[in-house]
Amino acid sequence: MHNARNAMEVESSSTCALREFGCEQSLLSRPDGSSSFIQGDTSVLAGVYGPADVKVSKEIHDRATLEVLIQPKVGMSGVRERAQEQCVRETCEAALLSSLHPRSSLSLVLQIIHDDGSLLSCCLNAACMALMDAGLPMGCLFCGVTCAIDRDGRIVTDPTMQQEKESRALMTFAIDSTERKVLMSTTKGSFSVNELQQCIAVSQRASEKIFQFYRDSVRRRYSKTL
Amino acid sequence: MKETPLSNCERQFLLKAIEEKKRLDGRQTYDYRNIKITFGTDYGCCIVDIGKTRVLAQVSCELVAPKDSRPTEGILFFNLELSSMASPAFESNRQSELLVKLNRLLERCLRNSKCIDTESLCVVAGEKVWQIRVDIHVLNHDGNIMDAASIAAITALSHFRRPDVGIQGEEVTVYALEERDPIPLSVYHMPICVSFSFFQQGTYLLVDPCEREERVMDGLLVIAMNKHREICCIQSSGGIMLLKEQVLRCSKIASVKVTEITELINKALENDRKVRKDGGKFGFAESMPKERITALKTEVAPVEMTDIEEKAKEIICRTEAPSEVVSSPVVCAPGTGQVGEGLQNSWGLEEVDALEDDVGEEREEQDMREQLEEESRNAEKGDVVVISDSEEEDVVILHEGTQVKHVKKQSVDSQQLAPSTAKRRRRRKKQVI
Repeated sequence: MHNARNAMEVESSSTCALREFGCEQSLLSRPDGSSSFIQGDTSVLAGVYGPADVKVSKEIHDRATLEVLIQPKVGMSGVRERAQEQCVRETCEAALLSSLHPRSSLSLVLQIIHDDGSLLSCCLNAACMALMDAGLPMGCLFCGVTCAIDRDGRIVTDPTMQQEKESRALMTFAIDSTERKVLMSTTKGSFSVNELQQCIAVSQRASEKIFQFYRDSVRRRYSKTL
Repeated sequence: MKETPLSNCERQFLLKAIEEKKRLDGRQTYDYRNIKITFGTDYGCCIVDIGKTRVLAQVSCELVAPKDSRPTEGILFFNLELSSMASPAFESNRQSELLVKLNRLLERCLRNSKCIDTESLCVVAGEKVWQIRVDIHVLNHDGNIMDAASIAAITALSHFRRPDVGIQGEEVTVYALEERDPIPLSVYHMPICVSFSFFQQGTYLLVDPCEREERVMDGLLVIAMNKHREICCIQSSGGIMLLKEQVLRCSKIASVKVTEITELINKALENDRKVRKDGGKFGFAESMPKERITALKTEVAPVEMTDIEEKAKEIICRTEAPSEVVSSPVVCAPGTGQVGEGLQNSWGLEEVDALEDDVGEEREEQDMREQLEEESRNAEKGDVVVISDSEEEDVVILHEGTQVKHVKKQSVDSQQLAPSTAKRRRRRKKQVI
């Protein structure tokens, strides 16, 4: 039994790991909250403005209007960016207590700095860190985890661009910090129900690492010494 | 979102400070803020910081057909974007006056000064040339976007490498970066913009204005120059009259600044080249400041997945099996398909069919009897008698259909007609199938 477990760990450690990740908050002077999140070579910069005045046409009487913009590095934003924007917006709306700021606007701008796989999860992480930096009230934190299933059926977390291309299925989950529930999921490719559940379970495990990182970075930020 | 207006107090304070040769951030009149250049992992990608102003540039290339007027020249394309991240007043996808001005100035500074050899970008004359596209995103606006953008653009262009191309007869092969070493662009010189802001109708002059200073300035002079002291482009805006001496003095200051900045760019490029050659780590992840209290970095974090399979199985076992409600599709009318019961398409169906809906399936057994009765009744009326399912049935249905329409409202008895006709119709369908 002990042996079998060891063998499994050896195998999993080769495929299942989060790349080194880093984050810097409050790096831009203009936005109310900003962060850059780096996962391996993938890097996203996020800026949050708000709560601020809102256009009358976009006003919602009982909560804040959240706008999310994702800007690609080359060219104009297209359908792909729109789809990602929606994923991020719905996740943020689920986490933010937007009813505390009725009839106001929150805008979140995400600038892609470099894409080397797991872009959407990096966007989600950068968004959460920026919202935290802006000091907006949130019911819970969230993080994004991308899982890929390769041709042999193995699960790879936080895949690089190359791994994404070689994968059979690709899924991204947003997971909340309180109950580790799935806030958003988006998938590509074909997979079985069993594989989906496995990926969710892996993502929940991986999310613990990310939330620990959030915790560490906030602790560092509000510590007196480095 | 609108820009917060500058109060009169602030305005007066700023102007008074400028009169006393003092600046908000403690700089001297001719000082630049700190310039920092960092490169990304891609070729042709860099971030330039001038103080708090931050600009991202990315160069990309693509094979396109050349312009008819210049069949042997590559195309340079500049696209500066004022992201709404940079300032709440900027709106994405909107052509503001400032945006147009900056884009035009950038084009004049870099394209019209012919700093890039466009002829070397030609692959097949008149058919295929490289189009070099420079995307510049302003990430944080703290004044002097133009200088930052021009430094970012020329640095990115010098850093960029395009894929090698092989031509054998008619065939053009573009080699991937792994196959053949990519080729850098040939950069003749590096034009760099230097901005001067004027206050009090040109009495006071400041180099590299910050955002607050830009708001109270009267006029702006931008000089693009290279390190050979050649002026590539000059533009004065804001509508102030400048004396010849003032312009000459500005050009002298610009030449000093440009030499400094060019040296900085070359040093940054050299550093990056060295790191890449030595196989060290490079990219934005490496240039992230580690000593800051707001920044944190972790190592690769393994994710334990020992009991993942059991967990997945458990969840699947716990969920109820989906109830098998999906019956075979029922075709209610030709051309429509349906799964299950309930919603039915009533488009373009005759009233007879609509009536059938009301009656339902439980009446099917009765239909046989009713049909017999009805047939005998029809015979009494002297209509066409239908004895069996024959081709003549069509006639009967049409006739009866009309009959049904006007009898329908009168009695229950007449309703019985409807199912029978419908029934017969269905039977005919079966035959067709």
